[in-house]
Amino acid sequence: MQAITKIQSRTAVLPTRDIDTDQIIPARFLTTTSREGLGAYLFHDLRFDADGKARPDFALNQAAAVGCEVLVGGNNFGCGSSREHAPWALLDYGIRAVISTEIADIFRNNSLKNGLVPIIVDPATHDFLLANPGVEVEIDVAKSTLTLPDGSAIDFPIDGFARYCLVEGIDQLGYLQQQMDDILKFEEQRPWTP
Amino acid sequence: MGAPRTLFEKVWAEHVVVEETAETPAVLYIDLHLIHEVTTPQAFALLRSKGLPVRRPDLTLATMDHSTPTTPVSTIKDLLVAGEGAAAQIRQMETNCAEFGVELHGFDSAHRGIVHVIGPELGATQPGKTIVCGDSHTSTHGAFGALAFGIGTTEVGHVLATQCLLQRKPKTLGIDVSGRFAPGVGAKDLILSIIGQIGVDGGTGHVIEYHGEAISSMGMDERMTVCNMSIEAGARAGMIAPDEATFEYLQGRLHSPTGGDWDSAVSRWRSLASDADASFDRSVSLSAGSLEPMVTFGTNPGMVISVNEPVPDGGGDASFRKALDYMQLEPGKPLTNTAVDVVFVGSCTNSRLSDLQQAANILQGRKVADGVRMLVVPGSQQIKKAAEEIGLDKVFLEAGAEWRESGCSMCLGMNGDTVGKGQLSVSTSNRNFEGRQGIGARTVLASPMTAAASAIEARVADPRPYIEQAN
Repeated sequence: MQAITKIQSRTAVLPTRDIDTDQIIPARFLTTTSREGLGAYLFHDLRFDADGKARPDFALNQAAAVGCEVLVGGNNFGCGSSREHAPWALLDYGIRAVISTEIADIFRNNSLKNGLVPIIVDPATHDFLLANPGVEVEIDVAKSTLTLPDGSAIDFPIDGFARYCLVEGIDQLGYLQQQMDDILKFEEQRPWTP
Repeated sequence: MGAPRTLFEKVWAEHVVVEETAETPAVLYIDLHLIHEVTTPQAFALLRSKGLPVRRPDLTLATMDHSTPTTPVSTIKDLLVAGEGAAAQIRQMETNCAEFGVELHGFDSAHRGIVHVIGPELGATQPGKTIVCGDSHTSTHGAFGALAFGIGTTEVGHVLATQCLLQRKPKTLGIDVSGRFAPGVGAKDLILSIIGQIGVDGGTGHVIEYHGEAISSMGMDERMTVCNMSIEAGARAGMIAPDEATFEYLQGRLHSPTGGDWDSAVSRWRSLASDADASFDRSVSLSAGSLEPMVTFGTNPGMVISVNEPVPDGGGDASFRKALDYMQLEPGKPLTNTAVDVVFVGSCTNSRLSDLQQAANILQGRKVADGVRMLVVPGSQQIKKAAEEIGLDKVFLEAGAEWRESGCSMCLGMNGDTVGKGQLSVSTSNRNFEGRQGIGARTVLASPMTAAASAIEARVADPRPYIEQAN
């Protein structure tokens, strides 16, 4: 995983609550055996009509959203299915951080494993971001701050270990493998075996 | 004596390889890793690229369910029903399992089925185990007192390579359900009602433990239905303390302990229940006695009402309005006037023998209405066989429904079974998300009883009159 320290970008906004991973990438695109190229299917049925034409009213199809790396979503973003194809699709499309008042557990975990930064903000900050699509924000992952256009820096919660892995570009599998002595000892000493 | 602990805390503590600290998450040991064709190919590719083996193939159980057709498969051509991508994915799963030495319950296996149906059915799901799968409905297995949760593909790779996961300890939410169900009301209605009450994010960051008279009086199929949809409230997992019903279900199954091992396992399992004075981070209580058959009206499982209740107006909320527009429903009117195009009985939520039996009891001697397509998809090949032995297939076929091979089927549109654009489906599955069952499909989640009644009446229907006639 590539190290991620700072993200500076305008925001794109999807204000709907409870945006589930089926909306982020519909199940019929999950028959792939690769993790590449999924950006083409991101929000597919919201972005495109039945004829495959871009829906002009969808936020990501508007000129101002082109090149935005930060997506602001309604409360409880990423709920539903555990498909990691959701953060893969967002990253492949060019989104590097997602901001909401709540982000579903499995989606948040999957995002952190892939370098998509999940950011929880307070309702007032969220309301400001929802009401002002396209504002420039800066995310400092090491400091866990989100800086708004007025210069105010808001702390966001992020697990210290996950942050360390993001900032250093560390693969968590490597860390787990380093625990192998303890894993072997656990297997030997447990009172029952599965 | 230590401090009183909950069921979750006991199972968690038994699996901690390395304790969590402020800086690092816990290393948690995984006793059973369930895998299927959709969320594993990229994880096997990672192992291959790093030259790593599957560390514990003996603790890995593989099947194919999501992108598999539910029409009979005897040749490669039959796989194409679900599309070329799905067929390639299925063949990749066969290759991966063969290469890495994982036993696959594939098309030639009498044990194939939906991953969350076969784990318990084979006795691989047991109390006190940690169980993961690249699928959010892994919460199902918590019905046995296991700690079971869904993970992403990167974590599937972690478990394949190390049999462990890095985890922060979640919080606990106790849900007490008192009383008994009225006839025509059951587990699905209860869990839909709970999600409606606490919300689709009400369980975020928590493991739910369900307890109380209504829970302990349920059979294992019903408990699985409840735990299955814990994720629809955002919870990491749902758990129910193991009891006599759990042990009776497990005894004699393929992977269940035998002889003296069985006795010592049962005695260990008995000690898992939450201590009497253990406390939860949060608690909720409700009564089963006043529950009615529940149906969803919106585009998430928390948008739920009882079957005869009018659709609420949402107070001008934009997300709410968007959901009603998608569903083509108007506030103030009950769903019972809404025409139904498709009825689906199946999925990891409601495809077990008692689910099929409940639907068949209502359909017995009746017909699926003209113009309604009803699909009944057993959760596993073993359930299919058991249902056929007691003639349920004939009840469904004579009523005009389709009777299929096992699989995820119409729960999610990726295997050839889909609901058409704009069609309304009454479905026993778990998600009424936009497009979940097919592009533009409108899903009403309901119990197998409500689904069967709706198939007969070609509208969303209350099953209770059919139950009363039978009585």
